[in-house]
Amino acid sequence: MEKFLLKYFTLIRVIIAIAIGIVISVFLIFLISREPGFSLRSFLLGPLLTRSRFAHVFETASPIIFCGLAIAVAFQAKQFNIGAEGSLYLGAAVATAFAVSTNMPAFIHIPLVLLVGGLTGAAWSFIPGILKAKWKASELVSSLMLNYVAYFLGLYLINFHFRDKEAGFLVSYQFPETAWLPRFIPDTRIHYGIILALVAAVLVYYFLYHTTTGYEIRSTGFNDRFARYGGINVFKVIILCQVILGFLAAIGGTTEIMGIHRRFVWQDSPGYGWSGIIVAIIGRNHPLLIIPASFFLSYMQVGGRVLNLMSDVPAEMITVIQSIIILLITAEAFLSQWKYRITLRQAEKGDAV
Amino acid sequence: MDNILEAKNILKVYENGVIANRGVSVSVEENTIHAIVGENGAGKTTLMKIIFGIEQAQEGKIFFKGSRVSIRSPNDAIQLGIGMVHQHLMLAPDLTVAENIVLGNEPRRARIFLDTDRAGEITRQVSEDYGLQAPPDKKIKDLPIGVRQRVEILKALFRNAELLILDEPTSVLTPQETEVLFKTLRNLKNQGKTIIFISHRLNEVKQIADRVTIMRDARVIDTRDAEELTEHDIAHLMVGRDISFERIPASTNLGAPLLSVRNLSYVDDEAILVLNKFSFDVRAGEILGLAGVVGNGQTELVRILAGLLQPSEGEIALRGEALIGLSPRKIREKGLCHIPEDRMEDGVAEETTLEENFILDRYYKQGFSKGIRLLWKNISRHSAELIAKFNILAPSGKTIVSSLSGGNIQKVVVARELSSDPDMIIAAQPTRGIDVGSEEMVHRLLREARDRGRAVFLVSADLDEILKLSTRVIVIYNGEIVAHFQDMSKVRAEDLGPYMLGVQREEAVSGKVPA
Repeated sequence: MEKFLLKYFTLIRVIIAIAIGIVISVFLIFLISREPGFSLRSFLLGPLLTRSRFAHVFETASPIIFCGLAIAVAFQAKQFNIGAEGSLYLGAAVATAFAVSTNMPAFIHIPLVLLVGGLTGAAWSFIPGILKAKWKASELVSSLMLNYVAYFLGLYLINFHFRDKEAGFLVSYQFPETAWLPRFIPDTRIHYGIILALVAAVLVYYFLYHTTTGYEIRSTGFNDRFARYGGINVFKVIILCQVILGFLAAIGGTTEIMGIHRRFVWQDSPGYGWSGIIVAIIGRNHPLLIIPASFFLSYMQVGGRVLNLMSDVPAEMITVIQSIIILLITAEAFLSQWKYRITLRQAEKGDAV
Repeated sequence: MDNILEAKNILKVYENGVIANRGVSVSVEENTIHAIVGENGAGKTTLMKIIFGIEQAQEGKIFFKGSRVSIRSPNDAIQLGIGMVHQHLMLAPDLTVAENIVLGNEPRRARIFLDTDRAGEITRQVSEDYGLQAPPDKKIKDLPIGVRQRVEILKALFRNAELLILDEPTSVLTPQETEVLFKTLRNLKNQGKTIIFISHRLNEVKQIADRVTIMRDARVIDTRDAEELTEHDIAHLMVGRDISFERIPASTNLGAPLLSVRNLSYVDDEAILVLNKFSFDVRAGEILGLAGVVGNGQTELVRILAGLLQPSEGEIALRGEALIGLSPRKIREKGLCHIPEDRMEDGVAEETTLEENFILDRYYKQGFSKGIRLLWKNISRHSAELIAKFNILAPSGKTIVSSLSGGNIQKVVVARELSSDPDMIIAAQPTRGIDVGSEEMVHRLLREARDRGRAVFLVSADLDEILKLSTRVIVIYNGEIVAHFQDMSKVRAEDLGPYMLGVQREEAVSGKVPA
């Protein structure tokens, strides 16, 4: 039993953290809400209650998975690039520009639009990469700052050059139908982006753990001096992992635009890049663990939206609850005393044998 | 005589499950020099850390001067009168000797400002009381390591330490400095102090200790009077079996120069000339030893040879092909391997598996990958072979490196570096801080490589190691070659010391190629 606990310690800790987070949120909701039973139900079960809400969970999960994978690739190399949001936004904006100004058959148009989005994100993320590799500029700072630049560039592109003046909102022209990512479940907006995200997770997993380049990325992350000493081109790795980050994040944004809105609608940055960081941390930068982590976060976000819509609990409360859960999951020392005592008992037992 | 310190049934388990002390009991008599010996990982340092309050034991009692004490921090230990000189000295390099000595108990002027004059006086007073000379106004960073150590001892004495713990104090000293230290320790004993002396050098233990405690595998094996034991007995108790002390006979089949270094200079970021016109050859079939006190340019020299640092000028050639400017990988592919001086910094990725550490220099080669795909089955098989061949104590190739002991981690590095049978082996401090058994193995492997006609460049701060293995020896001081010994049969450790300290140099050597 104790051996089992030690082996799955991380997983158990995550589950306990979630449980505690839920207990705290129940407590908070009881404190705030005038109809706590109903509010609680909205928050915890809300996403399951109607078909469209349940579909929302899948729709939201797909760009989060892409961003989580993007972040994981960079974090595995210990490159703390947090520019997924910027790459996603600018990639989607440029892909929009390309989609609305070209016309070709769907089977070429869809992959081309995705590619344009992805390459834009990759090129954008190359900037913090080269700054780090060549001049040791902190990628954390440069990618964060570039997020703002990307946001305003994207906004400029859409609002000044591709704005649909007849739409009545600040949105781009609608995509030609050849650039629509098909939806495959009737009465929902679940589109092929989610399939692409799942495929991407498997590919990224294979890339990181079963290819030579993946080994180079991970070795650099474990100990960059070790990698350099062994002959790995660390310069290349630092740039490459950030380029991949930009590519994946931008694909995530582009699929969302192509599958759900079919035009560029984000006057505010949608925040998937930040969610990506959270799921990468919860999933310990493991591509396959990022999938359940993304669904979990997406479920919480949809639950939060339902709660906000249906009950008297303010939206800010949702953020508080989410933050508590994430804090507990990411706190390395949480329950470490408990683990230590088990380790001690196990060691003593081993001693007796 | 009374026991000043008694530790009873100490149990210490580290968080990663390693048991460092199991039921350890030691009694230290007042006014003696008590040596604690054992291989690395035997638990000596852990025990000392517990006594000095750096680590807390899970079980056990400590008695100091007959009464039970609880030592929760180094401060508690100092209050009781226990002082410790750590293996890595804990001094502020930019402060003067006097400032370091009074640090924490500073004499003040107007309650705020450090009273420098008074600090100097205190230092002179303590120096005089114990007959330990140290220049009060010099900065620590300008002093040789032997003097720095003396400052640490003075610092403990200033805090009225009656029991002084020295953790491997001689590992950084030259033979001459060691002599001085021993004189100091005897002196302190005569003044009524008690000293715990940790070492794994047996001749030193015989020379200085009254009582000896031998530890092995986290347990105390025995405590006896030093007179009753021979060096051989101690070694036997430490390792649990017999080991040889003989020098390894020199190889006879010397070949052509394999590695040639000419006029190599290196100026670092702070414009300090770290290496000055360094020239030497390493021939096939020999082990060339580089002796020197740590920090005289050895680190930079090794990194330059491995392609990790670019020299300011000079040439390096392997079999006549220039190496400077090539990437570390290109240099490796030409047949040069490198056992780095700091295995945790460069040698391994400690958070990951042995397998991933083994393939660092070969993951892209045939047999380990196909196209972009890693062949994990082959890699696992290869790892299992290396674990068996190099006698690494690890359950499997999937074991995480950080869970191994220092000796086994070093074996992982050595296994990777030597298993490709390279022509040129750069071995920097290859046995630093590892147990006698692993040390023996590393030495055997280097010797075997030499006998196969490979060239070995051995950089070591351990003179015994240099003398035991080297075919020839060059001595480095302040970035220059100051001596060159061809015939090792007549060379003793004492002969190298003056060169290592820079008090003597062979004029003929500088600027010439020793060959």
